[in-house]
Amino acid sequence: MSKKVIVLGEVRDGALRNVSFEAIAAAKKISGGGEIVGVLIGDSVQDLGQELVQYGADRVVTVEHPHLKHYTSDGFGQAFMAVHEQEEPEAIVFGHTALGKDLSPKIAAKLQSGLVSDVTEIEGEDDDAVFIRPIYSGKAFEKVKINEGTVFVTIRPNNIEPLAQDADRSGDVSAVSATIQNLRSVVKDVVTKATDGVDMSEAKVIVAGGRGVKGPEGFEPLKELADLLGGAIGASRGACDADYCDYSLQIGQTGKVVTPDLYIAAGISGAIQHLAGMSNSKVIVAINKDPEANIFKVADYGIVGDLFEVIPMMIEEIKQLKVNA
Amino acid sequence: MNIYALVKRTFDTEEKISVQNGEIAEDGAEFIINPYDEYAVEEAIRVRDEHGGEVTVLTIGSEEAEKQLRTALAMGADKAVLINTEDDLDELDEFGAATIIAEYLKDKDADLILAGNVAIDGGSGQVGPRVAELLDINYVTTITELKIDGDKATVIRDVEGDSETIEAQMPLLVTAQQGLNDPRYPSLPGIMKAKKKPLEELELDDIDLDEDDVEVKVERVDIFLPPEKQAGRVLEGDLQDQVKELVQLLRTEAKVI
Ligand SMILES: Cc1cc2nc3c(=O)[nH]c(=O)nc-3n(C[C@H](O)[C@H](O)[C@H](O)COP(=O)(O)OP(=O)(O)OC[C@H]3O[C@@H](n4cnc5c(N)ncnc54)[C@H](O)[C@@H]3O)c2cc1C
Ligand SMILES: Cc1cc2nc3c(=O)[nH]c(=O)nc-3n(C[C@H](O)[C@H](O)[C@H](O)COP(=O)(O)OP(=O)(O)OC[C@H]3O[C@@H](n4cnc5c(N)ncnc54)[C@H](O)[C@@H]3O)c2cc1C
Repeated sequence: MSKKVIVLGEVRDGALRNVSFEAIAAAKKISGGGEIVGVLIGDSVQDLGQELVQYGADRVVTVEHPHLKHYTSDGFGQAFMAVHEQEEPEAIVFGHTALGKDLSPKIAAKLQSGLVSDVTEIEGEDDDAVFIRPIYSGKAFEKVKINEGTVFVTIRPNNIEPLAQDADRSGDVSAVSATIQNLRSVVKDVVTKATDGVDMSEAKVIVAGGRGVKGPEGFEPLKELADLLGGAIGASRGACDADYCDYSLQIGQTGKVVTPDLYIAAGISGAIQHLAGMSNSKVIVAINKDPEANIFKVADYGIVGDLFEVIPMMIEEIKQLKVNA
Repeated sequence: MNIYALVKRTFDTEEKISVQNGEIAEDGAEFIINPYDEYAVEEAIRVRDEHGGEVTVLTIGSEEAEKQLRTALAMGADKAVLINTEDDLDELDEFGAATIIAEYLKDKDADLILAGNVAIDGGSGQVGPRVAELLDINYVTTITELKIDGDKATVIRDVEGDSETIEAQMPLLVTAQQGLNDPRYPSLPGIMKAKKKPLEELELDDIDLDEDDVEVKVERVDIFLPPEKQAGRVLEGDLQDQVKELVQLLRTEAKVI
């Protein structure tokens, strides 16, 4: 039986996040040909509706309200439930982002439904859809399904291929009105610490530094390489604990779990807790001066050497390549 | 203040994982308090020390989880509750776990509930917010700072690297992010004292729940290990040539740049 699926589109700095397009692709599989309705929530989101359609949504509903400028679970919860009441979907897809992680369990509790979080792959379609998700920080995977009630999943960014954008597609974008009131949390201030732009969870390339970078300045060449490749920087806990960088950069079992196309580990020994956060990356490069370092066991390519020599050489080499291309 | 900390017993982060008969093999594995729950317990103790009151640590699990509860008591929590589901349940999903916790807490008048933002085994991050919603109280996830002043808390929340300052109404459930605090190690006197602290053990019956009330919504059909990663190629030769080769390989063989 085909399903009507609603997909929560996520807006960051005025633009739709890639994970929203990936969520539509996931919804397509779950829907088995059913209708896909994009949802946008914020203070001014109407204009982004067509883009969700171009990526595969059949139509879009929006909830706009001044109280929805900043995400709060109460505000977005009320907005989402207003849409839910109108649409009565059989399935729901969110991105497994800070927002999706915060909001999805609240909605699932309201709906008394199951929720499969952090899905990296979907096998089968419609009623036969089986969801694959990492457990034990990616040291293992489980396959699960929801047999009854709403099929509700959050998908991990960067794992499910979005559909190609089709500028010729058009669909209805309509507003739903909702009462947004009694917010028990108020956002007072937001300090942006993340390095300009590229979010680690969505980055195609991550250049990560460990205790081997020796100090906060040691991240500079890594940052330059990351910028050159359009990627983000990350870190081991060793580097965070030593105060070389912010904990928000930590990758591993008690940090972020990432799966970029290219992970470059510089001055990271490869402790099991670190590997848990990055070993499912598509291609791993290790740069370490210790040939015995554990990181070489998971690396596709390794260079035994001083990162302060190797990274600048890589920067030069890649610049050359770009000039020649 | 009436404070609760939710703790889960998990595999030690050092453990390698193997699968036996369709389940994660537990033989001989070391277990710990989920690392994020250690932050929750530590913060609970600090809040109590500043504002007075009592810290109760709560877990759903088997008899074996007593060990982690004793550790939390040794850190400084006052009381512990183990909801033992071993005889009643073969499986439990996030819906069920949250239902049990909320059912236990619903008449406890908690002012503050602390949980981990995610369990490093199950990894869903659902249990905290689900519990808050079932209790109809406010919640803030992935926090790195907590200050309580009367019926309001000022919380700093980590949002993918950005920090948000949030003013939140109490009663409140928060989930801990790394950086919230440095959890203390239990001291020897703490460990001695913990042995005498109350540890209550309950079953589903005792909180008026039936197995059917927590029947899983999510069916697990398989567990498997990721394909073993083949050790790759360590390049050789002059460093400059190695770098040249690496960049070429990334471009032509791996096609990632
Ligand atoms: C409960 C728990 C949870 C944890 N969670 C995490 C986690 O989420 N993420 C995480 O990363 N860790 C985690 N850890 C810590 C982990 O065990 C390691 O201690 C940590 O990953 C080590 O960081 P590192 O590799 O940067 O440092 P080190 O192990 O000190 O390695 C530094 C490496 O740099 C190399 N090096 C030094 N100088 C240079 C140079 N000039 N050029 C090239 N190489 C150089 C050295 O050869 C060495 O291999 C956790 C630990 C525990 C107990
Ligand atoms: C079909 C299915 C069958 C399962 N069967 C089993 C099984 O037989 N045995 C089993 O152990 N697991 C089983 N699980 C896993 C179990 O559902 C989850 O471990 C549990 O729901 C908690 O989810 P989580 O680990 O993702 O925790 P998260 O939601 O990531 O945890 C967040 C926080 O909630 C709190 N919390 C989480 N769990 C507990 C707890 N048990 N007690 C107190 N506080 C807690 C902690 O503060 C934790 O940091 C099964 C899962 C599925 C889908």
